[in-house]
Amino acid sequence: MISIITPYKIFFSKVNFMWNSLHHSSSSILVLVFCLFSAPLHAALDIEIFGGGASQIPIAIVPFAAEERLTQSVTAVVKSDLQRSGLFRMVDSVSATPHEPSEIIYPDWQMRGVNAMVIGATRLLPNGQVEVRYRLMDVAKQEILISDMETVSVKRLRAAAHRMADSIYEKLTGDIGVFSTRIAYVAKQGKKYALQVADADGFNARTAIEYTEPIISLAWSPDGTKIAYVSFENKKPVIHVQTLATGERRAVAKFRGSNSAPAWSPDGKKIAVVLSKKGGSQIFLINSDGSGLRRLTRSSSIDTEPNFSPDGKSIIFTSDRGGSPQIYRMPVTGSASRVAERLTFEGSYNVSPQYRHDGKSFTFIHRNDSQFNVAIQSLETRQVQLLTDSSFDESPSFAPNGKIILYATEIKGRGILAAVSSDGRTRQELSTQEGDIREPAWGPLPKWRRKF
Amino acid sequence: MRKILSIALVVLLSACANKTINPDGDEGSQANKGAMSGENASASPTVNPLVDPTNILSKRSIYFEFDEYAVSDKYKSMVLSHARYLRDNSNLNIRIQGNTDERGSREYNLALGQRRADSVKKVMTLSGTQDSQIESVSYGEEKPRAAGHNEASWTENRRVDIRYQGE
Repeated sequence: MISIITPYKIFFSKVNFMWNSLHHSSSSILVLVFCLFSAPLHAALDIEIFGGGASQIPIAIVPFAAEERLTQSVTAVVKSDLQRSGLFRMVDSVSATPHEPSEIIYPDWQMRGVNAMVIGATRLLPNGQVEVRYRLMDVAKQEILISDMETVSVKRLRAAAHRMADSIYEKLTGDIGVFSTRIAYVAKQGKKYALQVADADGFNARTAIEYTEPIISLAWSPDGTKIAYVSFENKKPVIHVQTLATGERRAVAKFRGSNSAPAWSPDGKKIAVVLSKKGGSQIFLINSDGSGLRRLTRSSSIDTEPNFSPDGKSIIFTSDRGGSPQIYRMPVTGSASRVAERLTFEGSYNVSPQYRHDGKSFTFIHRNDSQFNVAIQSLETRQVQLLTDSSFDESPSFAPNGKIILYATEIKGRGILAAVSSDGRTRQELSTQEGDIREPAWGPLPKWRRKF
Repeated sequence: MRKILSIALVVLLSACANKTINPDGDEGSQANKGAMSGENASASPTVNPLVDPTNILSKRSIYFEFDEYAVSDKYKSMVLSHARYLRDNSNLNIRIQGNTDERGSREYNLALGQRRADSVKKVMTLSGTQDSQIESVSYGEEKPRAAGHNEASWTENRRVDIRYQGE
């Protein structure tokens, strides 16, 4: 049980309480509280983790040589990343701190049930940069699984640590790591709405745009350089696309009536949008610069919340053409609404669909009585699994490896973000110190990872 | 022939609308003329009917039951007063803003608010008001007037507002 205590908040007693009350549960429960206050060097979001898979990989991450001299710890970030995935159980090193394979006394570690170890060293170079060397060791086979080295500026130590966590995660689980990705969300405080972009662990939050009118429906461009969003600054909903690096933005859909629900095509060339210019709410397609307009749905009902399939050939969307809001799929090339196929059949309210990266399932919000929960449905088997049992979940967004779903929810009337693993076993809550957060959108894999 | 019939229908509907206007409405239309010409010697300094609390035109909100979007009878005369005011003042434009309560998906609520705004617009255009004078938009659940999480607040927020240019 670990808690990081800052001058601003102490959650230790809360951790104790939770540990005791969950002790009777059969699956291994891991409760970790990160109290990281909202200052430049700290996370803008507090992250709390619940639950954990039955089969977590026991791993020891030994502090690197000379790491204590750095202003930013590398192993702390790696540990935090791996823990947040819910797939690893940290084993603390007690007395021994090997930094080279030759220094490892394997029986000591094997006895503590450790499967893998991360050891390494840091070195401050004359030019002010830091050299980071590490090895991932297989404790049973006494073998080196990964040996790597990077030289980075102090400012980029966190990023290097995330890359390390990605490599370790991939080697040990066989899945793509998402520790180097970013999340976007809307933070509301008083009358101000800020579109913020942060690292996936809540650090380095930056405001992309801030206004005194609502911002909703964030959508990352597939290459991660832009975000589309709906702003009410013109006293009606208008879709903007903003380039993150420059802050430059353009209103791409400002037609008569309402413009909303932007969704990028996988090749980044088109955006599906919902317009009321022809009456009602219907789905159209525009080029990413706002030019060209093609109507996709043609019904007299509400068609909204389009989301492209990973192969770009179809969209899933919400429609109440059948009398209640349900999720449908239609080919992008078809323009007649009669070729839309209904996908959801349980209950009277299924909305906000988002494809998984492999196109095999989608997450959505399902209303059960008066509760709104995150669910996932397989496209092949049509089987539905409810992943949450809170009351007001909305806006589900898949991580680019399809393993975690980020969503907005409410605790005691305050808007927070939460994340649930796609098998429902691990949950996290992400909250700010003040105000509400909502409308999360998980960013894509960075360019240099997309070859996986 | 069909064109003449439809014009006749519109005129008839306008006439019917006139008949349902209450005495305040009549006063309102006189005040309209005063406002328009600005030089009706017999009228006292004119109050803008749009903000005159004794004038039906100062009423701007239409409320809806849960899941409803049809304009109920009790709001029809108010909506039609605005429709007539727009027809008498073709230089004016309005924006009809639809709202919903907070429950459910934000985008689906945006579409529901749109449906409500469109419904009010339809009442007006059917009575003869030009489509070009009316823009219907939605705020969905994003700009609630009542901040509570209870039936009373939800009722207040299931609402369409009429806003004249510049308001």
